[in-house]
Amino acid sequence: MVLWDAAEKKVIASVWAKVDIEADGFQALLRTLHVYPWTKRYFSHFGAMSTLKDIESNPKVRAHGRKVMAAVGDAISHMDNIKGHLSQLSQLHSDKLHVDPANFELLGNNIVIVLAAKFGADAFTPEVQATFQKLVAVISSALTREYH
Amino acid sequence: MVHWDATEKQTITSFWGKVDLAADGEHSLQRLLYVYPWCRRYFHKFGDLSTISAIRKNSHVRAHGHKVLSALGDCVPHLGDIKGHLAQLSKLHCETLHVDPANFCLLGKNITICMASHFGVTFTPEVQATFEKLVTTVAAALSSEYH
Repeated sequence: MVLWDAAEKKVIASVWAKVDIEADGFQALLRTLHVYPWTKRYFSHFGAMSTLKDIESNPKVRAHGRKVMAAVGDAISHMDNIKGHLSQLSQLHSDKLHVDPANFELLGNNIVIVLAAKFGADAFTPEVQATFQKLVAVISSALTREYH
Repeated sequence: MVHWDATEKQTITSFWGKVDLAADGEHSLQRLLYVYPWCRRYFHKFGDLSTISAIRKNSHVRAHGHKVLSALGDCVPHLGDIKGHLAQLSKLHCETLHVDPANFCLLGKNITICMASHFGVTFTPEVQATFEKLVTTVAAALSSEYH
């Protein structure tokens, strides 16, 4: 079981209160699709994504970015049992979506980068970075848990 | 050999012109030492690195961050042969410094996060892609003489 101390919970709550689920989720997903182009394979039903312009103007990317970021927010509401909370989603990613779990880390990295760019160096301190990297690693691990 | 198109070269050159080698170097190294504490093993001679406060006050961290980011900047005029350019430094990290090459990727990741935090909206997806290609190429070059 992952333990969170009071300082970590406070950091996550205060950063998350300022996150724009739609805009920041969109940025995290579009950076994943652009910087790691193989991830587009999972979204061939989204239509045109061959250039960055296509990705940026694709409404399905925007909608899905929002959905993913909202799911991160839900995980935060269940911080004391992220593994249990995400077990159905983990089964879905393994059994139906067939997502290579290495990609969860890539998306997690991009969430951290988007937050760093949004909050700037003064607010996105090494302590905040460490807490968020722990969060995305825990989520990644929980999403991989039901793979077989 | 890694190929860079005209847009990537232009992106790197113009972006690198705005990097503050001392401040950005220091912040990148601080983040590495704090978020991945095992990296401190390589820097026992720096003295106290046990807390984020100690890391922030440590003048060796500032100096070394500057050195590392300057070395990254030195690769920019040698984009056509980063591997050749870094061969000696690679041997040094393998034979003398005994650094686990996995740590080059971690430092690259922290340099990227540091750049995102300093450049904000101008750290666009295109800049990010090009920058990540640069740090990955440098990490691979630094590993290339390992045996």
